[in-house]
Amino acid sequence: MIIAERKPFTEIRQMLAPYSRVLTVGCGTCVTICWAGGEKEVGILASQLRLAAREDNKEISVEEATIERQCEKEMASSIRDKVSNVDVVLSMGCGAGVQTLAQVFENVPVIPALNTSFIGMPEQEGLWAEMCGACGDCFLDRTGGICPVVRCAKGILNGPCGGTRRGGKCEIDVNKDCAWVLVYRRLNGQGRLDMMEKYYQPKNFRAVKRPGRIASVKA
Amino acid sequence: MTNDIIAFCCENSAYTAADIAGREGLHYSERVKIVRVPCAGRVDAIHVLKAFENGCAAVLVLGCESGACRHINGNERAKKRIEYAKALLAEAGMSQQNAAMFNLAPNAPHKFVKIVQDAEKSLKGASE
Amino acid sequence: MANTFRDTLNTKKFIVTAEAAPAKGANVSKIVEHIDLLKDKVDALNVTDNQSSVLRYPSTGSCLLIKEHGGEAILQMTCRDRNRLALQADLLFAWSRGISNVLCLTGDSIDVGDHKEAKPVFDLDSVQLVHLVHTLGSGKDMSGNDLDGGTGFCVGVCATPSADPIEPQMVKVKKKLDAGVDFIQTQAVYQLDDLKRFVDFVRKQDSKVKILAGIVPAVSAGMARYMNDNVPGITVPQQTIDELAKAKKGEGVAKGIEIAARFIRQVKEQGVCDGVHIMFIGREDKVPEILAAANLL
Repeated sequence: MIIAERKPFTEIRQMLAPYSRVLTVGCGTCVTICWAGGEKEVGILASQLRLAAREDNKEISVEEATIERQCEKEMASSIRDKVSNVDVVLSMGCGAGVQTLAQVFENVPVIPALNTSFIGMPEQEGLWAEMCGACGDCFLDRTGGICPVVRCAKGILNGPCGGTRRGGKCEIDVNKDCAWVLVYRRLNGQGRLDMMEKYYQPKNFRAVKRPGRIASVKA
Repeated sequence: MTNDIIAFCCENSAYTAADIAGREGLHYSERVKIVRVPCAGRVDAIHVLKAFENGCAAVLVLGCESGACRHINGNERAKKRIEYAKALLAEAGMSQQNAAMFNLAPNAPHKFVKIVQDAEKSLKGASE
Repeated sequence: MANTFRDTLNTKKFIVTAEAAPAKGANVSKIVEHIDLLKDKVDALNVTDNQSSVLRYPSTGSCLLIKEHGGEAILQMTCRDRNRLALQADLLFAWSRGISNVLCLTGDSIDVGDHKEAKPVFDLDSVQLVHLVHTLGSGKDMSGNDLDGGTGFCVGVCATPSADPIEPQMVKVKKKLDAGVDFIQTQAVYQLDDLKRFVDFVRKQDSKVKILAGIVPAVSAGMARYMNDNVPGITVPQQTIDELAKAKKGEGVAKGIEIAARFIRQVKEQGVCDGVHIMFIGREDKVPEILAAANLL
């Protein structure tokens, strides 16, 4: 799922400086799970904004709302009445959520409270790891289910590079595994090392021509 | 601003201690408002923030001694949450000193009183 | 320099290459000094390409200087800063200006350099780059279009004999060899066993490729320990660290040169591989001392 984290508090306050009536909007899907922008986090951020304004002797009103999926136009429309009472919408959704709100409420500034970072999963409680680069040309069958596009620091297809550190760690961070060492171990364990021994041509980096657009049919 | 000192008291430890303190006539400040909770772990960061939004001067969370929590590790979770709440307060430009967690046994009325008196003293100290 | 590097590779001589680092700027006077000092003492000179992701004067420029001064140049090309278009264009340029040897590298990570917010390219990796060089050599570009003037580079790659774990690295080395490689310059190696194991593996795949052992003199016990902890794929053995530790103050460089020269002599006398590649960055002026001590002058 999408992993995001809240922007530094000072940055959020700076963006909100010109406004005195704020609606903080959370999302009930990915950002709830990764503890970044769900209903709870909306409550906390709204409370912090009120406390900070009081400390600065400033007037601010902060309303709260959470939408099940902020990136759905119909769901976003459900908060129309609340939006009409404020000067600015502070979105705690991922980038898709922020932009959907911005599209639906075209005349109201929509500000991102989160930095959307990657598609990932929980390695353990509270620790999210990047898994997928949305490259549009998935070849996980050949790498034992480990994606080198994002889990290899250089994103290379014929790895590892010469920078692997002792013990199979990544050149850029001793706490990160070299993805290609992981691929080697996984494929070796499955008796499929031939998948790693094959030569892979340069990647099609235009598999998804950005901005991406996909049309699909419901079954 | 209410000036209250909100004390979230775990019913298995602090609340009992506070109760005994009351019955034994041990004196502590009227500013202390006790909120009974089934476990210190029931207290979330938002409760701490909301207490300050409502104008209190300090928030205390009082739970069981290490290893004594009836819900296994509610007191440990509470400790982490209070640390998190303090960081949130600091971000909002407020002092971290005014939120804290303490551990005590149910039969420790004097400890309860000392905790809340010390909290009031440090508030007075800060404002002078 | 009468012979091209390719010619030299086809002889039985013990091959010696060295590395020179360009300046961090447009002032080429220092590297020209080093080029003049070394060009007639080695079979070819490498120049690094924004090594360690630190901005420097480009490898193509330095190779042109080598050519102008009568030396034989090995162009180091990484995939970190150029996409496939730029890689092909730069190779065409280099070839057209008489640079005929290229070392194909993936490239260091952006994070280790001095422009930490730059966008890393890595459109290709080193294996794909080797294939690319051969494609240009066949008179076509990567998309299959005919070229008005192809290239004919002598192709080199890098390898890490002391990597841990070693097996994934060897999968990679085999891929490079399958792509067609004329020479290998290894990362710094300090243990003869590691080098021998590596050479054995390579010879099983390819009997012709020339292997040049990487030599980076360690000049202090502290430096050796630092390299062990921080430089990927390098293992300086405890024996060497102890020997360096015993060196008197101010004699570290001399001791490092002594140890390096000794290692080179062993490699040559035992016929372990086809030559050496000496990297003494920042002390290029001392390279002739190593060569002399190793009886290579």
